[in-house]
Amino acid sequence: MRTLKDVEEGERVKVISVSGDRILKRRLMDMGILKGCEIEVLKAAPLGDPVEFLVRGYRLTLRKKDAESVGVEPL
Amino acid sequence: MKKNIALIGNPNSGKTTLFNALTGGSQRVGNWPGVTVEKKEGKLRQARDVTVTDLPGVYSLSPYSPEEEVSRRFLAEGSADAVINVVDATNLERNLILTIQLLEMGIPVTVALNMSDVVERRGDTVDEKKLSERLGCPVIRVSALKREGLENLAATVLEQASYGMRIPKKFFKGELSKAISEISGMLEGHIGDDLLYWYSIKVMEHDPHVQGAFPSPVLERALETVRRTEDSLGDDGEAIVASARYEVVDSLVRGIYQKSEKGGKSLTDRIDEVVTNRWLAIPVFAAVMFLVYYLSITSVGGYMTDWVNETVFEENVLPRTADWLAGMGVEDWLVSLIVNGIITGVGAVLGFLPQLLVLFLLLALLEDSGYMARIAFVMDRILRRFGLSGKSFIPIIVGTGCAVPGIMASRTIEDERDRKITAMTTSFMPCSAKLPVIALISGALFGGSAWIAVSVYFIGVFSILVSGVILKKIRGAFGKASPFVMELPDYHVPSARNVVLSMGDRSWHFVKKAGTIIVLASGLIWLLTSYDWGLNPVGAESSMLASIGNALSPAFSPLGWGDWRAVVGTLSGLVAKENILSTFGILFGMEAVAEDGAEIWTYMATIMTPLAGFSFLLFNMLCAPCFAAIGAMRRELGSWKETALAVGYQCAFAYVVALAVYQFGLAIQGTPSFWLIPAALLVIGTGYLFFRNPGEPEDEVPAEAA
Repeated sequence: MRTLKDVEEGERVKVISVSGDRILKRRLMDMGILKGCEIEVLKAAPLGDPVEFLVRGYRLTLRKKDAESVGVEPL
Repeated sequence: MKKNIALIGNPNSGKTTLFNALTGGSQRVGNWPGVTVEKKEGKLRQARDVTVTDLPGVYSLSPYSPEEEVSRRFLAEGSADAVINVVDATNLERNLILTIQLLEMGIPVTVALNMSDVVERRGDTVDEKKLSERLGCPVIRVSALKREGLENLAATVLEQASYGMRIPKKFFKGELSKAISEISGMLEGHIGDDLLYWYSIKVMEHDPHVQGAFPSPVLERALETVRRTEDSLGDDGEAIVASARYEVVDSLVRGIYQKSEKGGKSLTDRIDEVVTNRWLAIPVFAAVMFLVYYLSITSVGGYMTDWVNETVFEENVLPRTADWLAGMGVEDWLVSLIVNGIITGVGAVLGFLPQLLVLFLLLALLEDSGYMARIAFVMDRILRRFGLSGKSFIPIIVGTGCAVPGIMASRTIEDERDRKITAMTTSFMPCSAKLPVIALISGALFGGSAWIAVSVYFIGVFSILVSGVILKKIRGAFGKASPFVMELPDYHVPSARNVVLSMGDRSWHFVKKAGTIIVLASGLIWLLTSYDWGLNPVGAESSMLASIGNALSPAFSPLGWGDWRAVVGTLSGLVAKENILSTFGILFGMEAVAEDGAEIWTYMATIMTPLAGFSFLLFNMLCAPCFAAIGAMRRELGSWKETALAVGYQCAFAYVVALAVYQFGLAIQGTPSFWLIPAALLVIGTGYLFFRNPGEPEDEVPAEAA
């Protein structure tokens, strides 16, 4: 399964699962990353990590390691 | 009757601006008990007997961060009669998640729909009447920046506060709703009616804090319902509730926010094209850092600090007070205590103030404009391996000028653990007060070589990084680590009011907290250097401090500098690092000592070899910083116990480094000593702490339903 970590700049995907430890999972969900929501990858930081995403109309940054917790499929 | 209104909302929603607008300058800043989270209170301008409590910026009310815990507790225990929920109109969905949770608690909520001016400017519209109908609570359009809608807001929330009742709003549907009703039925009687609904949801979410509120058999029955629902809906209770909330929000906002036809890139996007650009981001950041350092430490801040220290205190206040007191016939020793002990101490505190004011002004500008988040974004990758945050750069760079503002700059780091580790390691950088000591050792023992200074800076950086890793791996310390899930807010022009108030708050806090310790410590050192154990006035060489130095000197002979004068010098460095030179001067019988200590170079060579001198230098660069910096650490770490541990760590680290350098140096020179063995063991031990795998993070809970 593809995760948010593997998505390229400019791609838009749909979330199909959110896993990970309880605290990370809750935080992701509170910030709007849930099953069925759309995410667009905006750009990576100059050093490659973290990555900036467009979620529900605002900009969110996530580390690649945490982005692995989000399972996605193409739109 | 004294009412209390709580102000709550997302970070970057303009909550601070609204708080400042509602309370004018009447705010008081403190800490919530038990956590290093800022608490702000103020009096409502429209009704002076009403207190407004500014809760920390939160996205939700989960039990997993100190900010959320503090907010939840405040609201659950009924400390607020009503709540103003600041909602960013340009970010409705995410902001309303918090709103739903507030309404679940039943407290009277008034939504302040902020950033209305931005909505207008974009040509969009928001239907706040429809939103208000659907939410079941008042929604008032405001612009905190433009100060519009505030009177209406205040009037509405005061009306709400007079109701005195809690009525939870129930938004959930379907199976979840039924499950929660069932749970409520089981919990009824064990908890007050007003929070029954809320607690039922918490049980569904497996909330750890709520478990202890009910007797086990009651809780067990409720959990059976939870498990049944989880099986039926195929997910963990907490996830079910989170999803359901977003479904509720989605249906709430449908048709509320209308975007205009205007397209194109926003200003924020255009600025970010440069600022987070792959090639330009780091140069831009370097330029900003240079500017911050230059303005606060060197130019404005520096000039004013020197002016305060030299002109105001040294040339005027101290001698004039001394003369005045002596003229009044006050005893010599009392004059000395007041002038050399207390006033000097006070002068030290005030001396830092100009630099701090400028620094806090600049930091507030960076934060309020939205650039600070970009710093964290760009720098995160380098620093997080070392237990630090992207924002840790600022304290470190500022710390090369002076550790006091440097440590205080770590306030901008949200994550508690990163913040504390940064505060503890900032002083490893050589500050400007340490430069004379570097010059002394370099001049006396190394022929003025510039390599000494260079190596000290590198070792400083090295120490910060190594310590970051070691400290990060100590589980259970420094609070919980929170995941790095950060919003990059839109840029906007900083509000002058916010910036000035922030600057004033933080500076005042420094004066109060750090100031106390500095004055007391200066007084103490004055006492120890002016008297012997019989409390007879003596010269420094016969004082209490000297005898303490003598007693401690065997501990330092494995480091190569067991001479009592070196130890006393080190101890005097606790007041201010540059004092080390004047202390040596006194102990070697000199009247005055130049900036690099040229007069005492030959004397220094008699008590230390070059290798020992380098070890001495390293120890003093890395060990406990001056009292002012310790005071600043106390402010950031929040307790004396943690501050003592931090200082203990710094001294231990310094000792190991100095010992290793000296002993390995001896071995390389062909004259190893017995102490090489413990030195090697300590280095191996440190290496273990650095390289070890701390195992599973303690806050990890298996992903299946608990």
